[in-house]
Amino acid sequence: MTRQKRSHHKLRRAVAPYLYLSPSLVIIGLLMLLPMATVIAYSFQNSAVLRRDPSFAGLKHYQAIFADPVFWASLWHTLYFTCMSVIFHMTIGMVFALMLNSDRINPTLRNILRVLYILPWLFTAVIIAVIWRLLLEPNGVVNSILMQLGIIGSKVEWFSSPETALHAVTFANIWAGYPLFMVSLLAGLQGIPKDFYEAADIDGAKAYQKLIFITIPQLMPIIISISLLDFIWTMQVFPLIWITTGGGPIYATEVLSTYTYKLAFSSYNLSQASASAVVILLISLGLTLFYIRYQRAR
Amino acid sequence: MRKRNSGKDKLITVALHVALAAGLFFAAFPIYWMLSSSFKSNTEIFALPPTILPKAFTLEAYTAILSDPVKLRFFFNSYFVAGAVTLLTVLIALLAAYGFSRFNFRGKGSLNTLIISTQTIPPITLLIPFFGLVVSYRIFDTYIALIVTYLVFTLPYAILLMTGYLNTLPRDLDEAVAVDGGTSWTALWRVIVPISLPGIVATSVYTFLLCWNEFLFALTLTKSTSMRTVPIGIQLLMGQHAFEWNQMMAMSVLGSLPLLLIYLIAQRFFLAGMTAGSVK
Repeated sequence: MTRQKRSHHKLRRAVAPYLYLSPSLVIIGLLMLLPMATVIAYSFQNSAVLRRDPSFAGLKHYQAIFADPVFWASLWHTLYFTCMSVIFHMTIGMVFALMLNSDRINPTLRNILRVLYILPWLFTAVIIAVIWRLLLEPNGVVNSILMQLGIIGSKVEWFSSPETALHAVTFANIWAGYPLFMVSLLAGLQGIPKDFYEAADIDGAKAYQKLIFITIPQLMPIIISISLLDFIWTMQVFPLIWITTGGGPIYATEVLSTYTYKLAFSSYNLSQASASAVVILLISLGLTLFYIRYQRAR
Repeated sequence: MRKRNSGKDKLITVALHVALAAGLFFAAFPIYWMLSSSFKSNTEIFALPPTILPKAFTLEAYTAILSDPVKLRFFFNSYFVAGAVTLLTVLIALLAAYGFSRFNFRGKGSLNTLIISTQTIPPITLLIPFFGLVVSYRIFDTYIALIVTYLVFTLPYAILLMTGYLNTLPRDLDEAVAVDGGTSWTALWRVIVPISLPGIVATSVYTFLLCWNEFLFALTLTKSTSMRTVPIGIQLLMGQHAFEWNQMMAMSVLGSLPLLLIYLIAQRFFLAGMTAGSVK
């Protein structure tokens, strides 16, 4: 190779990665970063989107949101919905993973159950919502079973009474989301070296001691990163709530996403909706930074 | 060594199986109920006491849906949009992943972080500016609006999945092409693509599923019934005939078929995609 050719080659090597990345970067830049900047701009404008020359509104829309009791109720519901979901996803996922990993069940049964336990994960949020509406209908099968068992005395309107609606949607979401933990923890369990347990057996450790001192510490990185991701994603849940309760009855299940959606597309107050969307964005970004830091530290 | 035959040990094994059965009921009953309700008549769905197996097995809900052009259109729209997005996403992601996996360049680390963090951007935050864009470019209520918006959401996942896959392939393969005087472009198509099929399949599957499941943007950026996708179709069905639960369940079963089939056929790829976000 001549010198000229070689330097030409080097130049190509240097430019090539940017060329390969350019379509993706253009899309992400134009359709993700720019819209993010736009929504922030909207939140400081009067009649954003609706008018061609919106005037500057300052912090007005943020003040309006923070003065709105429904916003605070939505924030609280989001927090309840998310925390309960993550805690139970983790607990159920862990219990199922440990059960499936036990050497007391035969391998064929284990494989069948593994497939069946993952089932809830394979369904779209909309379908999950529809299934749970059918199950929890006042005349539905859940009420019928609970009444026969004597647990409830009369038909409960799970999704349409303010006392139960938030718990009902949370329950449906718990059902829908545990398999992510289960699958990840199962993979993690298979990665724990067998000699750890053998050494513990020699020392005469009990089953629960092995769980607390070997299994859980070994799974901790998976537990933490999945919990963070699950938290971020659950916080953004929209269709499940939209279809089961629509945020009602009387705001009882209003979460930040439904609150923002209604502001934007029912009241057409796109500026205030943008302010609310920015608040959601900031919460998500905060958690994402935390997540990335954690992944780096690992 | 565990003693296998002691009474206590047997008791634990029995208890474990009871717990497994309870778990199975929790996981599978709602889905079983959907399936069995889709084969019932609408009056039987609310029969008291509930019938576990359809007493009068009927396909009337399925016939009603499959003979209705409006509902078939929902399915066509979903397949079309998801298919188009998958094609575009996988192609664009493959190029980006190749750049990430085979080159060292300035800004690589920060670009990678950028892509990881875009995974967690709340869809509702982008919905309002997208709505503004879609309206001002006059693509409201078109396939293009859905395809472009879905592309943005699927791309980061696809890039991470593809990069992960390409990183597992030995570098000597494409370096051999470079030694022969070939460019990295030739190496990509002659060497990398043919051996990356499993990675490409996994990425396609996951991208398709993300599109198939999307609700918020389809709800907001389309309006006419002929542009609606399956998830929105199910919601519309719910509003129109609030009491035709058997049809709603049949539609849900049909709407879940792609996911179930992919899962059964390509379980490995499916799980690779679903857990991709967490291993990065």
